[in-house]
Amino acid sequence: MKRLIAGAAMALTGLTGAAMAEEYPERPIMMMVSYGAGGATDFQARIVTMTSGNEDALGMPIAIINKPGAGGRVGWNWFATQADPDGYTLGAYNVPHFIAQSIKGGVEYSTDSFEPIANWGADPAVFVVGADSEFNSMDDVVAYAKENPGKLTVSGAGLFVGHHIAALQIDKAAGTKMAYIPTKGGGAAAMKAVIAGEVMGGINNLSDAFRAKEAGNVKILGVADLERNAFLPDVPTMMEQGLDVDNSSVNFRGVMVPKGTPPEVIEKLAATVPEMFANSRVSKKMEAGGSPMHIMTRDEVIEMWAQRQQTLNELLAGL
Amino acid sequence: MEFIYYFGDVFTPMSFLLLLGGTIGGLILGATPGLSPTMAVALLIPFTFQLEAAQGLILLGAAYTSTVAGGAVSAILLKIPGAPANIATTLDGHTMAKKGEGARALQLSFLASAVGGIFGVLLLIFLTPVLAQWALAFGPSHLFWLAILGVTVIGTLDSASVVKGLLSGCIGLWLATIGFDDIMGAQRFIFHPALGGGINIIAALIGLFAIPQVLTMFAKGRHNTGAEVIEVQRHSIMAAFKELFSRTRALSIGTLTGSIIGLIPGVGGQIAGLVAYDQTKKFSSEKEKFGTGHSEGVIAAESANNAMVGPSLVPLLTLSIPGSPTAAVLLGGLLIHGIFPGSDLFDNHPDVAWTFINSMLIGQVLMCIFGLYVAGLAARVAQVPQSVMAAIVLALSVFGAYSVQGSMGDVYVMACLGIGMFFLERFGFSAAPLVLGLILGPIAEANFIQGGMIADATVGKASYFMTGGLNLFLIAVVLASIAYSVWMELRSRRYTTKEEAQA
Repeated sequence: MKRLIAGAAMALTGLTGAAMAEEYPERPIMMMVSYGAGGATDFQARIVTMTSGNEDALGMPIAIINKPGAGGRVGWNWFATQADPDGYTLGAYNVPHFIAQSIKGGVEYSTDSFEPIANWGADPAVFVVGADSEFNSMDDVVAYAKENPGKLTVSGAGLFVGHHIAALQIDKAAGTKMAYIPTKGGGAAAMKAVIAGEVMGGINNLSDAFRAKEAGNVKILGVADLERNAFLPDVPTMMEQGLDVDNSSVNFRGVMVPKGTPPEVIEKLAATVPEMFANSRVSKKMEAGGSPMHIMTRDEVIEMWAQRQQTLNELLAGL
Repeated sequence: MEFIYYFGDVFTPMSFLLLLGGTIGGLILGATPGLSPTMAVALLIPFTFQLEAAQGLILLGAAYTSTVAGGAVSAILLKIPGAPANIATTLDGHTMAKKGEGARALQLSFLASAVGGIFGVLLLIFLTPVLAQWALAFGPSHLFWLAILGVTVIGTLDSASVVKGLLSGCIGLWLATIGFDDIMGAQRFIFHPALGGGINIIAALIGLFAIPQVLTMFAKGRHNTGAEVIEVQRHSIMAAFKELFSRTRALSIGTLTGSIIGLIPGVGGQIAGLVAYDQTKKFSSEKEKFGTGHSEGVIAAESANNAMVGPSLVPLLTLSIPGSPTAAVLLGGLLIHGIFPGSDLFDNHPDVAWTFINSMLIGQVLMCIFGLYVAGLAARVAQVPQSVMAAIVLALSVFGAYSVQGSMGDVYVMACLGIGMFFLERFGFSAAPLVLGLILGPIAEANFIQGGMIADATVGKASYFMTGGLNLFLIAVVLASIAYSVWMELRSRRYTTKEEAQA
């Protein structure tokens, strides 16, 4: 039945394709976020879509629905298999999470299941230690890890998320073997483990680590990105400290649609959505919340996805 | 005493209007099945975009406190617990409502909520620095033992037989393993895409508690509806006051357990009510009355789940770590105004911090007044004929399960669990231990795996889980709890055999 309706819809789209692009969107749009209400992705998705009802943006509001579970797998599975490709169902992506999960298997999506629209944010992974830790730079951390193989406990938000990728890259670059401890309950639980001294260090989101540092609870030793971040101008990158770690672990967040969405709709969205993200009200709110913005167009995101796919294929091959 | 200085800000016209709106709206949202406090607060976040920081937080704080209390309404009248916090309330509360004492149950629950809630917020005001250290003290090994302590409660909770209680607890533990495992990402028992995320706890609650009841009502058929018109007794508020303060044991155990357990990040809110209920039962002189509409049960459960509200915000406000899903949503509400919880909040925005905390204090009182006002009216729900009632509860159940995350999968899960529970109840199993297993399973498992990984990298599992003051203390409590259950079981068995012998 569903296929029949989809077929009929497809035929209609073929007939009225050009007209539809003119009229799209004619009703409110839904955006699926595969993490729970209150999480960083949900929070940022709500901010960046708040101006979509403006006449110079889409002219229709975007409503967020949350489909959390299993580190995002539940939401993206739903998006790849059940979401209607009609332009009224958008989804939020998190790279490298969904790409790494598709490489590890057990899910019904890959980069080929989705069409990116635009990127709104980039949250690099950072290395944090407790405020009273004896480590003061990545050199100290690497030296300890070399002397005590497998003994340096490092918390992160889960397996095959940005934090884990960063840990794997540090290990590869320094020739060390850290004990990566995935926590249940995301970045907040991993941060708590660091502050409470349950683990010796942690890899966490820059935005959350920045807040914890402001509160005087942690020290930030390095940023896993190509350049220093505007929020933390004093913290050197991993590369500056001699570790060959690029931006593969940076948590990119953006908007996508399911494969099969009419090209006119994708075009319209790809043209409008980056403009909508650039709205000054949006950037002000994002900055206030300590969430780094990074707007990328559809073409740039396509390239970024392909790059990630390749790096992660190599990095995860041995696991 | 800084908080008194900022009391005035709560009573500016705009703030007070928001407080009133948040409280009344929160009660209604909380009483709606499927809308947990977390969801209700998340729904309100967009409204705070337009407000000032302090005003936005007044709205959120008021809504948080009153949704927790509002959950008692559907738990008592419809036997649909709005959130895990209200499970224990259904046990005695709904039985009271069926006896026509709905007004009394609701009045007691709102009064107990207010007492517990005010105590919790006062703890937040005066002991925050101390409590923050306490919240951090619980590492994976301690949380694991705490979950095991919860498991020992399973056998004695609302069940005629310890063995059947343990069995249904095991079913709950098994159900909890369904889905992608949260730490390793392994797939377990996923035979349908709807189960990928595991069993949603709210959908499960609705299914396990409400559906068997609906089926029982339908099973009775239409012919005897006239025979069962319940007379709803009026109950004066003064009498409820007197009763509440004559039950000081239940009230104090509930309030203390709620505030202590509420503080522990990641565990608190869900089990505070059940643990308080079980403790009160163990210490009560009228143990056998629990589960048959005993007011102590309602008082303990409701004072505990509202006492947890204040302390559950301690890790968020001091350390910037959200300790519960609702706290995570509140964090979003703060961040949107550029306020970082932690020292920044209390040093640079004391007006926001204290106005927010004060609004929760005043919110408790408003919630109680409004709740008492509607209690008498709401209790008349029990007069609705059973066949009509069954249809209403069924419709609300489907709506509630669907609205959790807009997915029909949750409705199927609810229906399957409900039908299964209907048959299990025929054999003397009850839903509360099953739900406790469902809640505790993931906590115990995740913390054991995580603690085990830390232990393997450092000191080894045995010394990680078995040494240290807090670990040993928790192990001792676990052993005491088991010993107590065994002793009670043996004693009651001796009595029954004696009675049987006499008969």
